[in-house]
Amino acid sequence: MRRIISMLMENEPGALSRVVGLFSQRNYNINSLTVAPTDDVTLSRLTVTTIGDDRKIEQIIKHLNKLVDVVKLVDLTDGSHIERELMLIKVKVSGAQRAEVMRLADVFRGEIVDVTPTSYVVQLAGTSDKLDAFISALGDTSILEVARTGVSGISRADKVLSL
Amino acid sequence: MLSGGDMLIRALHDEGVDLIFGYPGGTALHIYDAIFRQDKVEHILVRHEQGATHAADGYARATGRPGVVLVTSGPGATNTITGIATAYMDSIPMVVISGQVTRDAIGSDAFQETDMVGVSRPVVKHSFLVQSAADIPNIIKKAFYIATTGRPGPVVIDFPKDVTDPAEKFPYEYPETVKLRSYMPPQKGHTGQIKKAVEVLMSAKKPIIYAGGGVVQGEGAEELTKLTQTLGYPITNTLMGLGVYPATDKQFLGMLGMHGTYEANMAMHESDVILAVGARFDDRVTNSDISKFCPNATILHIDIDPASISKTVTAHVPIVGPVKAVLKEMNDQINASSDKVDADALKQWWENIEHWRQRNCLAVESAGELIKPQQAIQALYEVTNGDAYVTSDVGQHQMFAAQYYHFDKPRRWINSGGLGTMGFGLPAAMGVQLAYPDATVACVTGEGSIQMCIQELATCKQCELPIKIVNLNNEALGMVKQWQDMQYSGRHSHSTYADSLPDFVKLAEAYGHVGVRIEKLSELKEKLAEAFAMKDKLVFIDIAVDQNEHVYPMAVKGGAMSEMFLSKTERT
Ligand SMILES: Cc1ncc(C[n+]2csc(CCOP(=O)(O)OP(=O)(O)O)c2C)c(N)n1
Ligand SMILES: [Mg+2]
Repeated sequence: MRRIISMLMENEPGALSRVVGLFSQRNYNINSLTVAPTDDVTLSRLTVTTIGDDRKIEQIIKHLNKLVDVVKLVDLTDGSHIERELMLIKVKVSGAQRAEVMRLADVFRGEIVDVTPTSYVVQLAGTSDKLDAFISALGDTSILEVARTGVSGISRADKVLSL
Repeated sequence: MLSGGDMLIRALHDEGVDLIFGYPGGTALHIYDAIFRQDKVEHILVRHEQGATHAADGYARATGRPGVVLVTSGPGATNTITGIATAYMDSIPMVVISGQVTRDAIGSDAFQETDMVGVSRPVVKHSFLVQSAADIPNIIKKAFYIATTGRPGPVVIDFPKDVTDPAEKFPYEYPETVKLRSYMPPQKGHTGQIKKAVEVLMSAKKPIIYAGGGVVQGEGAEELTKLTQTLGYPITNTLMGLGVYPATDKQFLGMLGMHGTYEANMAMHESDVILAVGARFDDRVTNSDISKFCPNATILHIDIDPASISKTVTAHVPIVGPVKAVLKEMNDQINASSDKVDADALKQWWENIEHWRQRNCLAVESAGELIKPQQAIQALYEVTNGDAYVTSDVGQHQMFAAQYYHFDKPRRWINSGGLGTMGFGLPAAMGVQLAYPDATVACVTGEGSIQMCIQELATCKQCELPIKIVNLNNEALGMVKQWQDMQYSGRHSHSTYADSLPDFVKLAEAYGHVGVRIEKLSELKEKLAEAFAMKDKLVFIDIAVDQNEHVYPMAVKGGAMSEMFLSKTERT
């Protein structure tokens, strides 16, 4: 099953490589990974999406918790949560396609953030599924480049990941 | 005000370190100069950095105190990796200090630059790159705290050379305490879980206690022995746990696992309750096919590391906590309770076990004057009154030592169980002998393994370490050959080298030691006793043993624990 695991880690050199190293060393899968500062300068927040059966996920969580740099961790997929990913996608567009892609971006609540006579850059946020759906909806429109941020997420309601 | 180099050595002293093992080189020279200018921390010069790590490791295993290593950058640092990995796999507390190129040169492919923090990452508990000399006392404090608490393990501290510059001085104060918000090892087990475990344990009909190296590291042997004797239950130890329960006691069934005794493996397989203490259901115990592992057993698992619980075998009652505290609480609960063990069931269970025991799976068949490797270990046991520190290398000789030397105390049996590192034995013995100068220290080895760190004979000379090297010389990589006999129709691909072995007696003499060769059974005990009587000399005892011997019992690959080969011709 797909999981979204979010953690607060010490803003120390080498911390990120320990997390990433753990995944490769134990043959765990990383689908996406994001890391950025938080409101607390001593901490960064890292979110990873991974796939595995329950035993594997339990091991991943235990091993992440063992890392000295990982201060606190949550499996967002354990409860209700909000998941978002941002995508910037550059497509080659001409003639009738221009209106078609614009309409499609609109349907997906995307924005066209760059326009040239031959291309658009569409910006789209949402779940990874939604971003995938947009890509397949583009059909035979030629995609020049895709830049996705990977998944970030947060629990709904009162549950918080903080110290 | 102290320089970085002086601070490092001073902090080691303040941490209680009086002995370190190392090898100098460019980036460590400020530190070596700091060592030269003091007399509190003694430095042992090894002949290869791998030897330094194993020596520190042996010291740690024998004493329970962390082993400390100091090396230079680049090749000095990379040479420690095998030793760090060895310590990591067996959860041994160790602090490795490596030199590094100056801060401004990091990343420039400078002379002898290696990303030590990166290279060692998968085999350390944690690591530090010192960014500023002022941080040194704090980093040292944290490093020792992390290495020695929770599930112990090696910690690397990488010191850029300029951080240790004697010209730059800083105020020094060694912190008294350390607290890390992201690292809080458990101090006790969950009382409710312990209660649950005690209930299951007391109602068992076919119980067995399975104890591993965690009981050694967690200093829980006394509590474990008390628990075992109060309950009257059978106990087996892993290769790493030997000594946590006295091997000469009748409740002890011997080692379990791949080369465990028939009775230990049968009792595991037939048991209805297994109390696993500081053991991790390693594949050398479970025999890899988990679906066949102890089909009727309810599993109670005590371990300080949550990640060791339900990793391979699912624990029905997990208890995360230090073994000593948890076992003590179990003992207290049992004492306070009016529940009694099921005496009738237990009597029946012991009858079954005695029946398995009668198979006498470790019986040794004599072969005239030809020395069986098992007989060599039996003689060693007798000559040393069962009271030596025994280090070992890896191979058949290691298994024979584990099977035939009966360890009654923890920290006496010192071997590389998790990584299985050939070359471990001799340097580990140096660490033990330096920790206990008056103790009898025997290194049981093979002619293959001993050649992997043979250079340390020179260190032994320099430090006058009276280690007794017991070389079970079968003129082959015996364990490899055994597998080739059993699984590759006897095709001995690159496992023999009889025509190119050194003369070990002369070799020992060349290093300034005594060499003895033993070839006949009738002279085995006497010559061994003579060698051990040379109290102040290192004696290399080269024993010609049967070259065709296999280690038995041996688990049948992919089978249940009850499936074993008992000799070349018998199988359960
Ligand atoms: C560094 C290292 N390389 C290879 C092995 C694989 N290995 C395990 S046992 C063994 C043979 C050991 O030979 P020896 O030391 O003579 O012991 P024996 O089995 O003959 O008693 C080998 C090569 C290992 N454990 N460690
Ligand atoms: Mg050999």
